[in-house]
Amino acid sequence: MNQQKKNFRLNHYVPVRTIVVMLIISVMIGFITAGFKDKESVVKDDSITVNHDEHYYADSTESVAAFMQVYKVLMSPRCMNCHPSGDIPLQGDDSHLHTMSPQRGKDGKGVYAMKCANCHQPENTPGLHTPPGNPNWHLPAADMKLVFQGRTPNELAKQLLDPSQNGHKSKEQLVAHASDGLVLGAWNPGEGRSVPPMSYDDFKKAWLTWIEKGAYAPQQ
Amino acid sequence: MITLNVNQKKYEVDVDPNTTLLWVIRDELGLTGTKFGCGVAQCGACTIHLNGEAVRSCVTKVSRAVGQTITTIEGLSKNNNHPLQLAWQEIDAPQCGYCHSGQLMSAAVLLRENPNPTDEDIDSAMAGNICRCGTYLRIRKGIHLAAEMQRKGNTKG
Repeated sequence: MNQQKKNFRLNHYVPVRTIVVMLIISVMIGFITAGFKDKESVVKDDSITVNHDEHYYADSTESVAAFMQVYKVLMSPRCMNCHPSGDIPLQGDDSHLHTMSPQRGKDGKGVYAMKCANCHQPENTPGLHTPPGNPNWHLPAADMKLVFQGRTPNELAKQLLDPSQNGHKSKEQLVAHASDGLVLGAWNPGEGRSVPPMSYDDFKKAWLTWIEKGAYAPQQ
Repeated sequence: MITLNVNQKKYEVDVDPNTTLLWVIRDELGLTGTKFGCGVAQCGACTIHLNGEAVRSCVTKVSRAVGQTITTIEGLSKNNNHPLQLAWQEIDAPQCGYCHSGQLMSAAVLLRENPNPTDEDIDSAMAGNICRCGTYLRIRKGIHLAAEMQRKGNTKG
């Protein structure tokens, strides 16, 4: 019996000490290799050059977080309605197909007697269920559709950064685009329409932060 | 005073620049062929041409039309002999007729830009003009007939 106890202790003592030692070694390896691992699982797109100005540093975490704010705005009806996946614009806070089915046309300005500016005036028409207005009312052209509808954050970020898909915009032009008249118009949509889910100032800040902190695309 | 060029004639009107063209045309100029249908650009009965483009006069401010060329249904042709008007007469397209001023003005833009429209082209062009009487089949037939008349050069009434 004592021999059996002794054998039991002997057989189980060694594995325990070995395990402890292995654990210590693993933790040490973990600390050493942590410094070589990416902090975030993000995808950096090289279409936009990161600014390495001494007052600037690339921060993938902050960039991705900023883009997720941008995404909320771009996928809201005020933006997405004119960035549909099809060739008919969307309409209303529920983004249904635009009544009367106006078509995109080659230049994004409609066709025949159904051109955008035939109904959409240079300014909002007063009253409910009247056309909102802007001097430059149009969809993206047929050869550069700039689709938002149905895009995941990863897909949209990459599309926005790719000059062959974003209207041939450089980084500087992307930055300036936040001040575009049609973009601004989303916050003055006319009676009966909701505004995007954050203020224009917050959106612009998020847009600039996303780009200036490295223009990282979320993983998903 | 606001000066307007309507159907190749100059008019002086004393109205608020925010007045919509529809009321200026009807009430100030007495051109009542253009109709009020909805007032919110959803029916097309008020369609006129502004520099040749079909606009909805119920939401278009008169200030937008200053210095531009306005054409109403009365000015679509000099002697009611536009191919569309001839075709409409031939097939007796209207029922009550209320929407047809707008139908003709929209169809005129289509035929100018596409002299040989398909049914799909007609759908795209005319989807914004609604007809409570349901004369859509005759409207489509009239557009095809007008296109044929234009091709054959048979546009004299």
